[in-house]
Amino acid sequence: MQVEHFLEASARRTPGKLALVCGGRRLTYAEVDAEANRVANRLRALGVVRGDRVAVWADNSVEAVVSIFAILKAGAVFLVVNPTVKAAKLAYILNNCRASALIADRRKRATLGELAAELPHLRAIVFTGSGDESVESGKRVAWFDQAGPAEPPPPSGCIDIDLAALIYTSGSTGQPKGVMMTHLNIASAATSITTYLENTADDVILNVLPLSFDYGLYQMLMAFKVGGTLVLERSFAYPAATLELIPAERVTGLPLVPTMAAILLQMDLSGYDLSSLRYVSNTGAALATTHITELRTRLPHVRIFSMYGLTECKRVSYLPPDQIDVRPTSVGRGMPNEEVYLVDESGQRVEHGVGELVIRGSNVMKGYWELPEETERVLRPGPLPGERVLYSGDMFRRDEEGYLYFIGRKDDIIKSRGEKVSPREVENVLYAHPAIAEAAVVGVPDPILGQAIKAVVTLKRGASLEAHDLLRHCSQRLEDFMVPRLVEFRAEMPKTSSGKIDKKSLHLPLEQGTLAAPSVL
Amino acid sequence: MQPSTDRDVRQFVIDNFLFGQPCTLSDDDSFLESGVIDSTGVLELVGFLEQHFGITVEDRDLVPANLDSVRRVTAFVERKRQAGEARLAG
Repeated sequence: MQVEHFLEASARRTPGKLALVCGGRRLTYAEVDAEANRVANRLRALGVVRGDRVAVWADNSVEAVVSIFAILKAGAVFLVVNPTVKAAKLAYILNNCRASALIADRRKRATLGELAAELPHLRAIVFTGSGDESVESGKRVAWFDQAGPAEPPPPSGCIDIDLAALIYTSGSTGQPKGVMMTHLNIASAATSITTYLENTADDVILNVLPLSFDYGLYQMLMAFKVGGTLVLERSFAYPAATLELIPAERVTGLPLVPTMAAILLQMDLSGYDLSSLRYVSNTGAALATTHITELRTRLPHVRIFSMYGLTECKRVSYLPPDQIDVRPTSVGRGMPNEEVYLVDESGQRVEHGVGELVIRGSNVMKGYWELPEETERVLRPGPLPGERVLYSGDMFRRDEEGYLYFIGRKDDIIKSRGEKVSPREVENVLYAHPAIAEAAVVGVPDPILGQAIKAVVTLKRGASLEAHDLLRHCSQRLEDFMVPRLVEFRAEMPKTSSGKIDKKSLHLPLEQGTLAAPSVL
Repeated sequence: MQPSTDRDVRQFVIDNFLFGQPCTLSDDDSFLESGVIDSTGVLELVGFLEQHFGITVEDRDLVPANLDSVRRVTAFVERKRQAGEARLAG
């Protein structure tokens, strides 16, 4: 099955059913499908062919959803770029995968005009809204709302082992890596997940997570696959407004990250009619046990799915809701149609006890885009000749009954607001500031964020710098969730015997002179 | 009273979300659409409003109509203060 068939099959089965509620608009399956056909035809007219990479750079919106399916219908590979990504990183990503076209929010027009010269592979940009076709800075410019045929474009010839998506993820090297997901990978993951969540066409899923985040993206894909309804919000910035949507749209499923759970539990939920809600799910980072207990008490009719995943295979495990009171700290077991096991340092399977988690299944990625060495490091030989399985880099314990408990990562990736942050990527930006001599980035526990990003820096001799200036420097170069929340200035860095910055000792109590930069609740 | 409310709100947003960056934010620009504030940012803004203006922000107040631009926040703070004064007077 190909991913665009999720939409097409639902449009054939239930053309008049409500598919998408977003930004004040309500679209049926037939309407979303017709829009996606129209934009796919536009992309073809702009020269997009099978296998091309086409990026989407927009907030959660009707246009973003339609674009994803339009790109697939055109036979191309989609990538959704975080709407808060800054110009340099956008250019890196677009050049890394040699994207031939970009669909962008019209408000990005000025930024892209300045950036165009640095994007040699990009041939066309489609902006949201309407206007006349033109050529700007050497790129063909078209408009999302331009009229065009709503018939399906001629078949692309794609099969299910072709790439459907690239999902860029933070790597320990500091440069984002493109996770290659085939149609088969995505369809397998979506089938496994909708099976254990027991999703049906009656489900109404409320998603506030960005479509650039795979957890947010799959809410849309899965809702469309089962023929349900997706209520798509731009963010969780206004929790009361989000909660009001639950009774208004009779929402049945609410995906959470721990930050959202922490915010929800600070609110008085008793004034909202949440009777339609069938389940909440959590991933990104573990829910605090106290939060699980509180959710159970305050929403006793709601099933809680505690899950764990990796972009490289989408999802790894889930805890059946009937186990949440028995083993609240477990992330459960492998999904349907997926095998997970632990191995020790010599690669031998560990039945019970501690080891690195290995994942085997058709949901496992094809590899990292044009990074054969990094790919080989995580995709290693499996039980069958020629087979490759995914080494997660995460250490787990498995109990007698086979349930998994997360212990820690082998690398130093930080999880903040449920998203992965590479300390190296933030450190690279800190080092780019002329006053910085040394920089180290660590995650510190935070009740709302899970981990807050903390920058510890030393200054060059004679240099002076205020925390605000450093944070402004960061906010101009990093996505919002990567900008440090805390800055600590030190006279010198603790070092290991080999002369490297000793990050472990940076977790010790703060020295004098620490500045909590933006006020943290 | 209002000019200083307006000024204080704007200053807080500039200091905390734009990190002092010279700002082109107009009074009516949506914080969310312009990317100035994200989800945890709204909670920081609420913490500031409660502390600085001595108002109580209820959960139900956490909607864009009250909080999504300098002008809306200013009007919201003024409404809250008037309601508070009315209660005291009553």
